[in-house]
Amino acid sequence: MISLRTRTMQQSKPDTNGSEEPVAGAGGGISLKVEGVSKAFAGRAGNVQALASIDMTVRAGEFVCLLGPSGCGKSTLLSLIAGLEPASTGTIWADGHKVTGAGPDRVLLFQEGALFPWLDVQRNVEFGLRHAGVPAKERAARARHFLELVHLQDFAHSYVHQLSGGMRQRVAIARALALNPAVLLMDEPFGALDALTRDLLQTELEGIWAATSKTVIFVTHNVREAVALGDRVLVFSPRPGCIIGEFPVDLPRPRSLEDHALVDQAAEILTVLRGAMTVQEQEGE
Amino acid sequence: MVKGLAFFRRTAGAQQTTQQAVATWVRRLAFYLILLALWQGIVALGIWPGYVLPGPLDVASNLVQGIGSGLYLRAALASLERLAIGYCISLCIGIILGSLIGRVRILEETVGSLILGLQALPSVCWLPLAILWFGLSEQAIIFVVIMGALFSITLSVDAGVKNTPPIYLKAGRTLGVRGIALALHVMLPAAMPTVLNGLKQGWSFAWRSLMAGELLFFTLSLGNLLEEGSNLQDTSQVIAVMLLIIIIGVTIDTLVFGQLERRVRARWGLQGA
Repeated sequence: MISLRTRTMQQSKPDTNGSEEPVAGAGGGISLKVEGVSKAFAGRAGNVQALASIDMTVRAGEFVCLLGPSGCGKSTLLSLIAGLEPASTGTIWADGHKVTGAGPDRVLLFQEGALFPWLDVQRNVEFGLRHAGVPAKERAARARHFLELVHLQDFAHSYVHQLSGGMRQRVAIARALALNPAVLLMDEPFGALDALTRDLLQTELEGIWAATSKTVIFVTHNVREAVALGDRVLVFSPRPGCIIGEFPVDLPRPRSLEDHALVDQAAEILTVLRGAMTVQEQEGE
Repeated sequence: MVKGLAFFRRTAGAQQTTQQAVATWVRRLAFYLILLALWQGIVALGIWPGYVLPGPLDVASNLVQGIGSGLYLRAALASLERLAIGYCISLCIGIILGSLIGRVRILEETVGSLILGLQALPSVCWLPLAILWFGLSEQAIIFVVIMGALFSITLSVDAGVKNTPPIYLKAGRTLGVRGIALALHVMLPAAMPTVLNGLKQGWSFAWRSLMAGELLFFTLSLGNLLEEGSNLQDTSQVIAVMLLIIIIGVTIDTLVFGQLERRVRARWGLQGA
């Protein structure tokens, strides 16, 4: 049992910190190990190698950002870790157990949010719990708790089309958190949002992560976002995807996007990324 | 702020649509009054005898009498009961069959093509076969109703399931839902906007084939009342029962399917909600 508190850094009022609601389940993060994982898709022109052999270890409670241009297989890797599709070769270990399928201990969040338009916000958040057999009363209480955490308690009975892009992602985060997963796999969750909303949600996510100590793997193509959020940034090169650089980020939290050290580190990573892209393009000519 | 603005727009829009709706209804009412007057006028000319062309008052009195004596209501209930039984069976088979065809390649290539072919057959054409198999019985007519609705429902479920964005299924799976639960709680609801059309078309086909089938039956039903009116040269009864059939059809269309459609559209935020 861990206690989850609404601690969303600058946004929340300091005196609302005390709403301690126990949440059952796996709780804090678990470690992940990706060993020699590759993925090939059958395409029209033969097999397409989406991921070359990937080796990667993520500590329990670590926030790792996967950075790279689109089409570099980062999303594929998340899908494999989530257990939504099998790897072509290699093994993924979650907390020492082999990943063989999807499970609510590793919840994937999508860029589009993927909320169910036939359910209202509350029922979307309750969805996973309902199928896990959580009784209605507890379900509702948990949904309410996590909607409060993402500041959407007033929208419990709205339908998805009535929400803005940022609100949808907040609901998606609440829906994932309601299951109390050990790992959050986030596939460019803020990629479709405007810059202001993105900054806000980044800060909220950082707060939620700090409060819950979950393991987070966050895919993005935004260098500053990666540096702002990650304990570590892994840089991917495209076609086939492989890790070409690893950058620990030791900046203090909560981080500010305007911080000089952050901007410098982002520039450093961007140089590596650009170098890889140029080599790729020259090879492609 | 933004929310308030949207609300304001919605109320303004609602007022406008209410006004428009009232105007539409006024025009519609005027049209029907003129139609009735025209009908009465032609009858008053006395070109045709009353048993060929009864006046609106004759038809109305027949309708009131028929409903008052409970005869028409019992007939309508008998017809609606058959419709409900047949439609529900179609719904069960259609949802299962459509889901399977939509998800399993080999079934789509085989059973799918067969159903597409059978859909081209007007459902009344099943009646002779049904009578050969079941005799002039309740089963025969329910069989025809099932065949009327089944293929539309199956094909729409198939289409809906195929067009479901895969991301909903992925989201369902990552939230820990699998197998039958995934089909029931993600795949089918996601397919609902498409399936609705098939449900509606299925009901209207079933209703038509039921009426056609009942013409041949001797037990009390709406179709049977039509046939009886024809045999007795009671044109008032024929027209009155025709009106009753229209009224029931329109009521089910708007109350059941219109309502369902409105609800789904409103939830999904589709146009015209």
